Amino acid sequence: MDRPSPSPRYLLDRSLVYGLAVLLALWVVVPFYLIGVAAFSPRDAVFEYPKALVPTDLTAETMAFFVNSRGVIPSVINSLAVAAITITFALLLGAPAGYALARFRFPGRDGFQLAVLATKMFPISILSIPLAVTFLRLGLYDNLIGVALVHTAMALPFVILVTSGVFVAVSHELEEAAQTLGCTRLGAFRRVALPLALPGLAAAAIFTFVISWNEVFAATILTLRNRTLPAQVLSTLADSPLYYKFAGGFFMVVPAIIFIFFMRKYLLNLWGGK
Amino acid sequence: MAGITIDRVTKTFGKAPALRDVSLEIREGEFMVLLGPSGCGKTTLLRTVAGLERVDSGRVRIGDRDVTDLAPRDRNIAMVFQSYAVFPHMTVEQNIGFGLRMKRRPKDEVRRRVADGAELLGLVPYLSRYPAQLSGGQRQRVAVARAVVMDAPVLLMDEPLSNLDALLRLQARADLKRLHNEVKRTTIYVTHDQVEAMSMGDRIAVMRDGIIVQVDAPMEIYDRPATQFVGSFIGSPPMNFLQGTIRDGTFSGDGFAFPVPQRPEGADGRPLLMGVRAEHLTLGGGDIPARVLVSEPLGSHALITAMVGTTPLKVQAPIQTVVRPDEQIHLGVQPSLVRWLDQATGEALP
Repeated sequence: MDRPSPSPRYLLDRSLVYGLAVLLALWVVVPFYLIGVAAFSPRDAVFEYPKALVPTDLTAETMAFFVNSRGVIPSVINSLAVAAITITFALLLGAPAGYALARFRFPGRDGFQLAVLATKMFPISILSIPLAVTFLRLGLYDNLIGVALVHTAMALPFVILVTSGVFVAVSHELEEAAQTLGCTRLGAFRRVALPLALPGLAAAAIFTFVISWNEVFAATILTLRNRTLPAQVLSTLADSPLYYKFAGGFFMVVPAIIFIFFMRKYLLNLWGGK
Repeated sequence: MAGITIDRVTKTFGKAPALRDVSLEIREGEFMVLLGPSGCGKTTLLRTVAGLERVDSGRVRIGDRDVTDLAPRDRNIAMVFQSYAVFPHMTVEQNIGFGLRMKRRPKDEVRRRVADGAELLGLVPYLSRYPAQLSGGQRQRVAVARAVVMDAPVLLMDEPLSNLDALLRLQARADLKRLHNEVKRTTIYVTHDQVEAMSMGDRIAVMRDGIIVQVDAPMEIYDRPATQFVGSFIGSPPMNFLQGTIRDGTFSGDGFAFPVPQRPEGADGRPLLMGVRAEHLTLGGGDIPARVLVSEPLGSHALITAMVGTTPLKVQAPIQTVVRPDEQIHLGVQPSLVRWLDQATGEALP
């Protein structure tokens, strides 16, 4: 069956929409691409002009130079440690709060939900100096736990709202059914709600990882020798050669890209999919 | 085996009372239907028996055990939920065996009873499937099987058929009734469907606004409703009600008057409702003058709407009956089939 050909007006509309989408995508993708190309080209290629849009000789030499630079490996380890502690804290505090928001109608529930979001209104740059002073007093300064605490505070609103969405999607009747079948409240949560919420909780965990992995300001202010990777890169940025910056940029952006690729579904839900 | 005693139970959500001083006795092995419109408190009452809802006051006893303060798992009940609440991350087999595993029954016993339950509900071919791969009717049967294999003396069902399509519901209704006859558990069954209630219940408790209005056998409730609400909620078409007063052996109201041979004591002179079922009214040979409004042939019988004064009455007549609109007819009724109610309270006269 032949379908009637679409009207010119419709074609124009569609090409406008797709044209704009392509433009927006290029805006984001081209810098990524150039960073990636520079990170895997020989060091001298960065200074060539005009640049070849397609890399001629690919090499891991530049990346190897970055990874082997002084302080990079320890700061990667620091970053991973901070992220792990942050994920632990954020989920232990955030998931129960999300569960409570999803399951219970308690007085002040709406206010609590607003207050959770309101914490996002304080710029970390304003908080960082008093935080540094407080941490110095508490002996948490230049300590990975201190950085992880700040990252936890930054990630908590997301974790609470994401997990409450996750638990709302797990029908309460399932937990009640488990209770009538011999589970305690806690057992019903563990055997029914938790397994069903696990993919969503994993998304929240990975989201938290990216927040912590990419956070630079608090990490820079609150540490001196125990730098996380972004703080380390930032502190050496002024004195580094150009190709080091490209390699570092690429190294830091990759986890976020992988995350977005796997977690698209959950992020779309979070950002107005429902 | 155990009966259930609900003793003066009260439950309030916020400011809205859901149950007001409700008492109900359910006998061992009985199939009790809680029937009422949505929001009448029937599901809340079921959940207080299950232990999913705490009562504000009153007691709940199962057998001779006071379970009011016990958790659901300690009450020895099994429940079928309206949404089925089948666990999506478990196979049919794991779903049916879940409760038995939670009770730490030996593995071979679990396997045997899951097989029995699957056999009983016709689920054997689907044991290794996940709920997402099942139809609505099959999921409903998984939920029933999961509850039945628990061998709990009390079975609670919250509108288990309301999410099925009409044809499947007829089938599932008969299946559930057969199942009850086989396993003979004390059952509380919540529904808003009066046909389900009539066809399945040993007794029906009709609820409205957090109160049980009438508890009786289905036919008693049908023939002798305690209030106007029960009469109009049960039966299709609803019971006919005619407003008027009795004086000197004549019932008269807006545009009609006819003699009544039998009347209850103390009925004279006060505002009354005369309640009568459509199938108890006969065409011709009676004392009630009426005018035909419309006649609807429904296959097995004809439903005639006739005006008595200004009140339309439904009359169930044989399908061969031929009447024309505006035709003047006379309706008859056996005095013993008439229900007299007080107009102000809606309650039946003794």
